[in-house]
Amino acid sequence: MHTIAEAQRSAVFPEVNYLSARHTVASWLFTVDHKRIAMLYLVTISIMFALGGSFAALIRLELLTPAGDLLDSDTYNKVFTLHGVIMIFFFLIPSVPATIGNFLIPLMIGCKDLAFPRINLLSYYLYLLGATFAIIVLVRGGVDTGWTFYTPYSSTYAQTEVFYATMAAFAAGFSSILTGLNFIVTIHKMRAPGMSWFRMPLFVWAHYATSLIQILGTPVVAITLVLLATERIWGVGIFNPNIGGDPVLFQHLFWFYSHPAVYVMILPGMGVISEVITCFSRKRIFGYTFVAFSSLAIAVIGFLVWGHHMYVSGQSVFAGIVFSFITFLVAVPSAIKVFNWTATLYKGEITFEAPMIYAFGFMGLFLVGGLTGILLGSMGADVHFHDTYFVVAHFHYVMVGGMVMAFMCGLHFWWPKMTGRMYNETLGQISGILVFVGFNLTFMPQFLVGYLGMPRRYHVYSEEWQMLNVMSTLGATILGLGYILPAIYFPWSLFKGAPAGDNPWDAKGLEWETTSPPPTFNFDEENMPVVTEEAYAYVIERNTLGAR
Amino acid sequence: MSDTTATHDDNGHDHHIVSVKAYGMVISALFFLMFLTVFMAFVDLGSLNPFIALAIAVSKAVLIVLIFMNVWFSTRLTQIFVAGGFFWLLILFGMIIIDFVSRAMVTNPQAWE
Repeated sequence: MHTIAEAQRSAVFPEVNYLSARHTVASWLFTVDHKRIAMLYLVTISIMFALGGSFAALIRLELLTPAGDLLDSDTYNKVFTLHGVIMIFFFLIPSVPATIGNFLIPLMIGCKDLAFPRINLLSYYLYLLGATFAIIVLVRGGVDTGWTFYTPYSSTYAQTEVFYATMAAFAAGFSSILTGLNFIVTIHKMRAPGMSWFRMPLFVWAHYATSLIQILGTPVVAITLVLLATERIWGVGIFNPNIGGDPVLFQHLFWFYSHPAVYVMILPGMGVISEVITCFSRKRIFGYTFVAFSSLAIAVIGFLVWGHHMYVSGQSVFAGIVFSFITFLVAVPSAIKVFNWTATLYKGEITFEAPMIYAFGFMGLFLVGGLTGILLGSMGADVHFHDTYFVVAHFHYVMVGGMVMAFMCGLHFWWPKMTGRMYNETLGQISGILVFVGFNLTFMPQFLVGYLGMPRRYHVYSEEWQMLNVMSTLGATILGLGYILPAIYFPWSLFKGAPAGDNPWDAKGLEWETTSPPPTFNFDEENMPVVTEEAYAYVIERNTLGAR
Repeated sequence: MSDTTATHDDNGHDHHIVSVKAYGMVISALFFLMFLTVFMAFVDLGSLNPFIALAIAVSKAVLIVLIFMNVWFSTRLTQIFVAGGFFWLLILFGMIIIDFVSRAMVTNPQAWE
């Protein structure tokens, strides 16, 4: 049986690698190497995550008591809006694709870089431009529309920095489109010899599905924000009923992108889990084809369900019935993935390294998030749950319990490949457990308080709900600690971590066949990879199982 | 399209170069359609107005996508992706229209009173 210690015993840090290729600031800022761009993204989105997290901390502190004694109402509106805008547009959407995906897709399919390296750099600078607009919003006094920019808050009655906030989302959206475009072309055209579609790692399939959503959906939200500006600047009646518009139209256009965007956030995370589960159970994935096609099914069906956000917004009952039915359908491919991961674990040689702890956390939390989504997708129940903390808990279970867990899982799994260094494994395991416990303590009480009727987006609430809110704030503190730990041991490992070796986890996949960190063009240029076996060709050493 | 020349790059990919004459014809057609749009704006055909305006707009878009964006000469894969984009637009419009046309359709009006 493999151990990390065995794999690392003879590990040396390679002299030639993408990190040491050049050392100037310009060599980083103008790089077209997908690995360096991924690292630029990683640093930037980590800063945005910390910023969005600080707003979450303010929200939880404010909600410790039923009275609005820390923030006034206007400021509270701005704080939860900025928390949402920053976390969704500047962390969750780019998190795995722009960092881990950017780094790994060329490595996994065996090519030297993405198809359009300069467009990759452009997408980073567009992201940076969007982030700058978000900072401008902060400096100029914030925005209070909620992250959804619903009309008429963002049109007739807008009093805050709506223009800069929409520009931030607009620029980040184009960054996302370019990343998706790059991935699709790369996956179609640049696979190594022998890397057929059904030998590709499921991480790549998940990114392919994600990219389809990015290029098909994101332009719609961009156009919607342009229409919003058109109405505000030139008074053309699009969303304002007083001048011939329809406010529900905004919600249709907004959610046409923003619901599939949920799958932009979660699908890459599912790709990460497929890689990690197989590695740490030493098993082939159960039902490769089903898992691969379920990614595409989620991407396609995910486009047909947006109306479930609008059951009580004036949408017709008939349309609600149609959207509700299709919403139930999208649960099927999601469930296929969870069942197949579970079946993969069956009789596996399971070990509990830090990435696996995060993967288990993902499976449990995503399951709760998904199942509560069924409740919200049914029209009758949603009338009760709509705009309560039940909804807040549901989407945090999917977005944080699912996506952030998967992001952390992937970061722990591929950190040795990205940096060539090992982090402290014990601290990694402790962090995974802290995040899981802290997360449940934060958001499980929110299901209860939401079921009891506490509305979201209010900072003054009835006294009977205080105990559940105190529990939630306590959980958020533990959760925060769970995130602070990696912020310490990852940078520490860059300087003090032991060399990781090419393949510290004894994992399958082309990315593990090159050095850690890889050279600038990923593989030995004289000896580019040729794929001769299926993905996840793990073999369990039967004598080890027999000893159990 | 006959006014084109096929070339090959280092990777063996086909690249069609559209002749200046063909581009000239397309842009002339686009200008004609633009003047037609303006002209039709002053002609009242009643309920046919939006259909005429949309037909002209679609003709312009088709010319631009097929010739200026080279989709006519592209690979089948590119054409599928372009068709996919329009299919998605159809989903967007179609399902929004489901809402707008059925708003007045309440199964049990007494329940709302």
